Formats: sequence, C-alpha cells, structure tokens
Amino acid sequence: MSKNDYILEAQGIHKTYRLGIAEVSVLKGADLAAKKGEFVAIVGASGSGKSTLLHILGALDKPDNGSVRFEGRDLGKMGGGELNRYRNKMVGFVFQFYHLLDELSVLENVVLPAMVSAGVVGWIMGRGNAKKRGLELLEQVGLKDRASHKPYQLSGGERQRTAIARALMNEPKLLLADEPTGNLDSATGNGILELLERLNRAGQTIVMVTHDERVARRAGRIITLADGKVK
Amino acid sequence: MYKLILAIRYLYRRRVSYFALIAVALCVFIVVVVMTVMSGLVGEFREKNHSFTGDCVVGTESLVGFTYYEDFLRKLESTDCVEAASAVIKSYALVGKVGSQRNMGVEIIGIDAATYGRATGFGGTLHYHKDDVSRAFKPTAVVRQAHHLDANLPGFVVGVDMWIWRDEKGEYYFAPNPEATAVTITCFPLTARGALAKAGTDLVNTKTFYFSDTSHSGIARVDGSVIYAPFEDAQALCGMKEPIARASWIHIKFKPMVGIDKGCGKVRKLWGTFYEQNKDKPNGELLAQVKVQGWKEHRREFIAAMEKEQVMLTVMFGLVGLTTIFIVFVVFYMIVSHKTKDIGILKSVGASGCDVVELFLGFAAGLGVIGSAVGIAFGLWFLRDINAIEDWLFERFGFQLWDRTIYAIGEIPHRADLTMMLVVAGCAVLACVAGAALPSVRAAKERPVETLQVSQI
Repeated sequence: MSKNDYILEAQGIHKTYRLGIAEVSVLKGADLAAKKGEFVAIVGASGSGKSTLLHILGALDKPDNGSVRFEGRDLGKMGGGELNRYRNKMVGFVFQFYHLLDELSVLENVVLPAMVSAGVVGWIMGRGNAKKRGLELLEQVGLKDRASHKPYQLSGGERQRTAIARALMNEPKLLLADEPTGNLDSATGNGILELLERLNRAGQTIVMVTHDERVARRAGRIITLADGKVK
Repeated sequence: MYKLILAIRYLYRRRVSYFALIAVALCVFIVVVVMTVMSGLVGEFREKNHSFTGDCVVGTESLVGFTYYEDFLRKLESTDCVEAASAVIKSYALVGKVGSQRNMGVEIIGIDAATYGRATGFGGTLHYHKDDVSRAFKPTAVVRQAHHLDANLPGFVVGVDMWIWRDEKGEYYFAPNPEATAVTITCFPLTARGALAKAGTDLVNTKTFYFSDTSHSGIARVDGSVIYAPFEDAQALCGMKEPIARASWIHIKFKPMVGIDKGCGKVRKLWGTFYEQNKDKPNGELLAQVKVQGWKEHRREFIAAMEKEQVMLTVMFGLVGLTTIFIVFVVFYMIVSHKTKDIGILKSVGASGCDVVELFLGFAAGLGVIGSAVGIAFGLWFLRDINAIEDWLFERFGFQLWDRTIYAIGEIPHRADLTMMLVVAGCAVLACVAGAALPSVRAAKERPVETLQVSQI
C-alpha cells in the first residue's frame, strides 16, 4: 500500500496536562495512521490518553509535540480559519455524551454543520437541499419521524444516532467517535456499532475510541494505547 | 443562520433572559416617560417664551429705555423680513385696588395691544378679548353699561395668576364678563439720565385703570407678576414720553420663511447703521446700550435653568443605563457559564470564535430590541393616560404629582418624540451589546476540548 492511501497520520504526539503544580504526561510520542475507508479502534485503559489523541486528531486540541497530517497536510501549520473548516468539512465528531444542542430540534441539530459552513445567504439559498440531506440521514439512522423532536425527548440511543447523523452532514472524510457506546446499554450500543459498520462498509473512514475490547473488535483494526504510546 | 436561530431560542428558553429583558424594558420605559415629560415641559416652556417675546427684540434692560424708537420702528416696518414690530415700555409699579390700602409690586409692560398682538402671541393669552386683541384694554360694552364706567379711563390686562382663582386641578374660574374693578398703578418716572423725574410729595405718577382682561402666557413668572397697560399711559407713568420719547424694547416678528438667526442678523445690521446715524443726537447716548437679541437669547436666564435640569436628568438616566449594562453583563456571564457545552459543540462543528461572539452579541442585541420595544410600548401607553392616572391619584389618594400652580401648564406633557424614542431604543440596544461584550469574548475563548470532555483525559 502506498503512503498516499493514508488519510490520517499522527507522528510522535506528546501531550502534557498541568493539574495545579503537578504535570501529567498523557501522550508520550503516540503514532497512528488510518487508511481511507478503514475502521480503526483505539483501545486503552481509562486515562491512557485515547480521547486526548482523538481530540488532537480532530483539531479540538493541539499537541505539545508531534504532527498530525490529514491528506498530507499538517494540521499544525493550518491557521484558525482552516482548522475551523477542517472541523466543519473534513471530520465529523461523535461524542460519548452525544452533545446535542437542546435549543434545536433533531433535524436542526443534524443540519447544524451545514448551517455553520453556509452562512446566512448560503443557508437561505441552500436550506432546501440541506434539510433534504438531513432528513435522508435521519432516515438512514432510523429517526426520520423524530425530526421535529427536541433532543431531551429522545432516548440515549436515539440521541447518539442523531449525533452520528450530524457528524455525517457535511460528508466528512473522517468520522471520529469517542466512546460512542459508552453511555448506552449493550443492545442500544450494538445498534450504534451496526450503524458505524454499515457506514464503514459504504466507504466511511472511522476512528473510534473505546475502552471496551468487545466494542473494539467490531472495527477492522485495533490500536492499543498504553503509557501514552501505541503498542 | 444558526446564530440567529440559537440567539432567538436562548432568548425565550432561558428564564434568566427574561430578567434582563424586564430590566431593559423598565429602563427604557422610565427614560421614555421622563424624557417625554421633561422635553415636553422644556419644549412647551420654550414655545411659551417664544410666543411671549416674538422672534427678536431690540432694546435695553435699563429702566430708562432708549430714544428714537419710532424712527427705528419705521425702518423695521419697511424691511422685507419683518412682519410686525411693536414698541414696549417695561418698568416696575405698585398696584392697588381703588378703595383698598393694600398694594403690591408688579412688573408693568406698556403695549400697543394691536401691534404687540401681531408681533407676539399676546392675543392668544387673553381670556375675554382672544378674538380681538386690539380691544384688550377696553371693557366690554356690557360691562361698561352695567357698571357706568368712565369711557375715558383705560383698561389693564393682568397676569391670570394675580387675578383669577385656580383650583388644585389647574382650572381657572372666570366670570362670564370682566368684573368692574378699578386699580391704581403707581410708577417712579425716570429721566433719560436715570434720575427721578419728580421731587417732593409729587414723586410718583399714579393713574386709575379698569380691569379689562387677564393674560395666561403659561409662564408662571409672567402670569404671577405682570400687568399690561396701554403703551402711552405706561410711557407717561414711567416718565418716558418727554422730552424725547423713549421705549424699553421693540418686539419683532419675522415673516414666515425668515429664519430667526437670519432675521436677527438683518436687524442687527440695520441697528448698526441706525445707531451710527443717531448716536450724536440729543440723548443718543442711550442707543449705545441697546442690544439686538433673538428670543432664545433674550429669555436665556429663564430657559437655561430648565435646559440644565433636562441635561442633569439625562445624565442621571445615563447612570440608570449603566445599571442596565451591568445587569445584562451579569445575566450574560451566567448564560455563558451555563452554555459552555454549547460553545464546545459549535466549535466542534467548525464555528469560529468570532461566530461565538456574534451569537452572544446577536442574542444581546435581540434582547435589547425586544426590551426596548416593550419599554416603549408600555411607556406610550403610560404617557397616553398619564394625566388620567395623575387625576386618579389625586382623587383617590389626594396626592398631586403635578402642581399646576407651579408649572402654569394645564397638563403633563405626554407627546412622545419619535426621534427621542429611537435614540433611547438605540442606546438600550448598545447598552445590551456593551454588557454582553465581555462574556461573549470569554465564550469565544473557551477551548472546546475543555468544555466537552472536562472529566476525561
């Protein structure tokens, strides 16, 4: 496989957090690479730095050292505007606690990334298409009939499926999922994993963080993180 | 677009926003009501002073007056900008009812009722001769016949507050016809040099006048201390008729399309030439102290006090506005503290720090617009019924907010000025935006990773 097949490459990622006077080194030179269309699971014990690594991959956080390259471009060399566009267009996040906006309906939450990228005029011109895609995504995750509901009217599994639909709204090249089943019962969690598998089969690149080996086994490749490094 | 949607949703879904909205609405309400009443009062007072003075005055504060006023009057009347001009005598006098030992000090203004009525708003201030100001000093035929008045005696017009009883509601009680009352007016005649014109027991000039009308100018100081008498009688009483006739002031009204400043400029120029031509004539030195003033300048000492009060109130309500800014600041600080997760979510889907600032500033501006609209609507409703509310307070609790005997204005001013309301609303919106600025910047600086994953490393 050629090097160009890697959509995401992280090399020598270091991250240290300062907690009061103590310093906690979470990542100590972690390396990771994911190919297009791959489903990668990062596993590790609680506190091993897997979520931190995922945030760095998604440009929600910056590494102290090391580099992250997305399609060959170094995130560390991108400006604020480019990083915003990266988060908006290139990656989609799925969080453990769903993180939906309570003030918006399910459909509005799903189309939120499109609203952010479109601007006022762009949204007015293209809202029909965006809503159509939002509804398609909701249909895909089995929530079309809940489009006008508010997030607090949904169950945990439904919220997570809404979050997945939102993450897919701008057709990102990379889906980053942080413990997507961590807050759900096993049956509901299984449904979410099936959804992710289905997306992956359709060509979606996914990097998922989990502490659960059984969940990780659903991915195509497992990366274990321990002592701040990939084993 | 999401910023607008979220701002609107935050506005009606966060109860704490309602408190900020109420604070803004109350502040706008108070400012609109107070500014309307105060600017109405000042505006009305200005208007009444304008009406009392005319557009421009030429004259002197000196009780001696100035000479050759008739020549200057003729010059004025021949200019294209002057519609009417009237000479006036102004001095002080003692007035007492005939047969009574009591008297009081008053300001006496000698006027030619017809010309003075054209140069000023005097005619509109009269009660019995509103329709024919030229007969202001003539008792009506009915009265004259009923009381067998001497047809040769002149009438006088008296400030309404000196003559007519007024109840707490500000209503005057007029008799159907002027009562047949005679007064004596006593003046100290002065020479052109300012000395007493007479000596010994015959020191003063006294003349009897019949009451013919009242004048309600709406200026408390005028209505409570001024008596108008026919020009020639007042001139004679003040010793200004001979050897060279003098007057105190000339009141001028400009033609409709002539601006006050432009008209005054022309009169000033005219006076300059007139002065040069007449200063060397007998008693021409009196012309040196003559000033040409616009009505505002002439009534400055009276209007300025009220204008200062208005400025002071504006400053005080500016401080109220600061309180509003602080309330909005506190509310937004709380909202931002509660909305850190939302900020993290927005940033995770690509929103920038500027977008977050715009969201919260838009929220603040929306709050300011709605708060202002509510405040203005409530203020307009209150102003519409302000006099009825004041009447009700007086009838129900005996509490009189608006003492008519002090303000000399029949009702509380309540006509709101659209420009003023827009300025107040604009200031309220700006205050909200200013109050929300710091919390918004704080929100923009939130790191998404901290707000989304605080418990996980």
